[in-house]
Amino acid sequence: MTAPAPVADDSRTVDLLRFATAGSVDDGKSTLIGRLLYDTKSLFTDQLAAVEAVSAARGDEYTNLALLTDGLRAEREQGITIDVAYRYFSTPRRKFIIADTPGHIQYTRNMVTGASTADLALILVDARKGLVEQSRRHAFLCSLLRVPHLVLCVNKMDLVDWDQAVYDRIADEFTSFAAKLDAPDLSVIPISALHGDNIVTRSEKTPWYDGPSLLHHLERVHIASDRNLVDVRFPVQYVIRPQSTTVTDYRGYAGQVASGVLKPGDDVMVLPSGLTSKIASIDTADGPIAQAFPPMSVTVRLEDEIDISRGDMICRPHNQPSPAQDIEAMICWMDESRPLTVGGKYTIKHTTRTARAVVRGLQYQIDVNTLHRNEGATELRLNEIGRVRLRTTVPLLADEYRRNRTTGGFILIDETTNRTVGAGIIREAS
Amino acid sequence: MTSPTYRVSHLDALEAESIFVMREVVAEFERPALLFSGGKDSIVMLRLAEKAFAPARIPFPVMHVDTGHNFPEVLAYRDRRVAQLGLNLVVASVQEAIDSGTVREPADGTRNRIQTPVLLAAQEKYRFDALFGGARRDEEKARAKERVFSFRDDFGQWDPKNQRPELWSLYNGRHQPGESIRVFPLSNWTELDIWRYIERERIELPSIYYAHDRDVVVRDGMLYAVNEYLRAREGEEIVTKRVRYRTVGDASLTAAVESDADTVQKVIAEVAATRLTERGATRGDDRVSEASMEDRKREGYF
Repeated sequence: MTAPAPVADDSRTVDLLRFATAGSVDDGKSTLIGRLLYDTKSLFTDQLAAVEAVSAARGDEYTNLALLTDGLRAEREQGITIDVAYRYFSTPRRKFIIADTPGHIQYTRNMVTGASTADLALILVDARKGLVEQSRRHAFLCSLLRVPHLVLCVNKMDLVDWDQAVYDRIADEFTSFAAKLDAPDLSVIPISALHGDNIVTRSEKTPWYDGPSLLHHLERVHIASDRNLVDVRFPVQYVIRPQSTTVTDYRGYAGQVASGVLKPGDDVMVLPSGLTSKIASIDTADGPIAQAFPPMSVTVRLEDEIDISRGDMICRPHNQPSPAQDIEAMICWMDESRPLTVGGKYTIKHTTRTARAVVRGLQYQIDVNTLHRNEGATELRLNEIGRVRLRTTVPLLADEYRRNRTTGGFILIDETTNRTVGAGIIREAS
Repeated sequence: MTSPTYRVSHLDALEAESIFVMREVVAEFERPALLFSGGKDSIVMLRLAEKAFAPARIPFPVMHVDTGHNFPEVLAYRDRRVAQLGLNLVVASVQEAIDSGTVREPADGTRNRIQTPVLLAAQEKYRFDALFGGARRDEEKARAKERVFSFRDDFGQWDPKNQRPELWSLYNGRHQPGESIRVFPLSNWTELDIWRYIERERIELPSIYYAHDRDVVVRDGMLYAVNEYLRAREGEEIVTKRVRYRTVGDASLTAAVESDADTVQKVIAEVAATRLTERGATRGDDRVSEASMEDRKREGYF
């Protein structure tokens, strides 16, 4: 078999949108995903047949589309989503990655997992119930994680007779809650996931609604400018130095561009050393390229021989992250066995740099329903969120999270269990 | 890869993510290895590994868990590719494990399940602390739940209810001696992405992925090739059909699909139009129970 001949690559025009679903249990998340997959012809007949067979065997009255995403034994036994499931579909305009996250409060950490990389979050509410605790909690988490686009889907509109007043009331309530959050782009769509109204095409049942269908919105929401193309941040991941007789004296710094645009000839500074040089070339296995920007994985070579290793950061001399050992951050706590306490020591992982951190102070724990700050809190338990002060053993090359999701986020790892116990969002670094 | 609008295609984005994952593993682990079966996903992984470390060589060995039930074209491909890239190949042989009595061959002659202890024994012998696997989340519902870095205890077990949260691209590979991490750089790729990438990168594949004539029997609605590992049962008629394989696994369990797609472009058209998942169409091992993949993964399958 010889290698296939090249043809025009139509995939080049298709981009990628990652979105997470959020909202309370039984508000129809799985039905909505089933509907999106079904209507975009992304549901396979053997998957559907398997789900139908299990539904029938369990005595369900209708085919339970939740079984498409609830794939684990324990989930099927309990009829709930425990962990994130990833699903994929595409249209001629875009490819989509869905992170279907759990609604139960017990599994909030898994919702955070799904939302951390999302470009967009769908928050579902049941039109009959309106906003509930989980709708607010998830909206708050999405804003904390700076998911750039939020879509509130007012679901089960068929069960309230497509009443515009119900929709308006929920939309108003959510909009005023979101005003207290950091939600840059918010849309609201009335839908029925079960019947497919306003999912792929506009529904005749909502003549009073003049916005797009959900899929139309997902296909066209503008995500290109969500990336930070201003601040050059290139965390060095790995140093490539071939031990070879054919390639000699090659020393390249491999990594994924976190933000900004790099070009050969650019003046750069390497942190933490502060040494400066110029970009000699930007290499890929397919040859050198004229520029690199997020999310490209490339290899940078510099004009000068300077000592650079994993965990260092290449940036511009007049635009640097602050090397900081004192970090103010919001922490979402994810460990069920031990809470975060003042004085606790953890391994901290930030970009490609790993260090140790001690909790110096806990300013407050936040009530995600009311956004009230509880300043008397002494610890953060599972799924609680609070603002803490950390001191790290080596400086982190950090930015504020709202400016840079890559250089502004970190995780905490328990040093005895090795578990990921906290997600951190940097507010200030000094 | 560049454009004045700073756009990247979805294939470029997937490639960049996979390369990032591979570099993280090489930077943070002592002894990584890549599970290489000669199937399309592991072939794509090798291409990504080439790209991740160029102009240096791929800095880890590859391991083939050899069931002894191989398609000869796939074994030939494996050896050729390993030689081309100058890789170190470790073969973990199920046949040897059967011969020495460490595993027992199931009565039905299939060897999928007994791959797991052989894989774990080889991992222990070579002290691999990270194993790259070509599993994709779109393949199967238990895999849809899988992390990119999947923690395994010192028995190689996966605990789906207790997975580490995985935030941003901050992967936690910390582990104690004996424990390990399975790493899935292709998590977010679909079957169609794999084929588009094979086309774009002009990657050669074993010939069984393209349409050819083969003697098969119809069993449980699937087309199984007749060979030394799989004989026609009484009442089964051997017929010659034009087929190709969508997955490559144990030759006694992996079914072919009827197809005329003899070029990569035709395969892409076929995969884009199909209404059956690749596992649903071709893998007898997933039909054992509702949760057979989850159960195998719990035991240490990749």
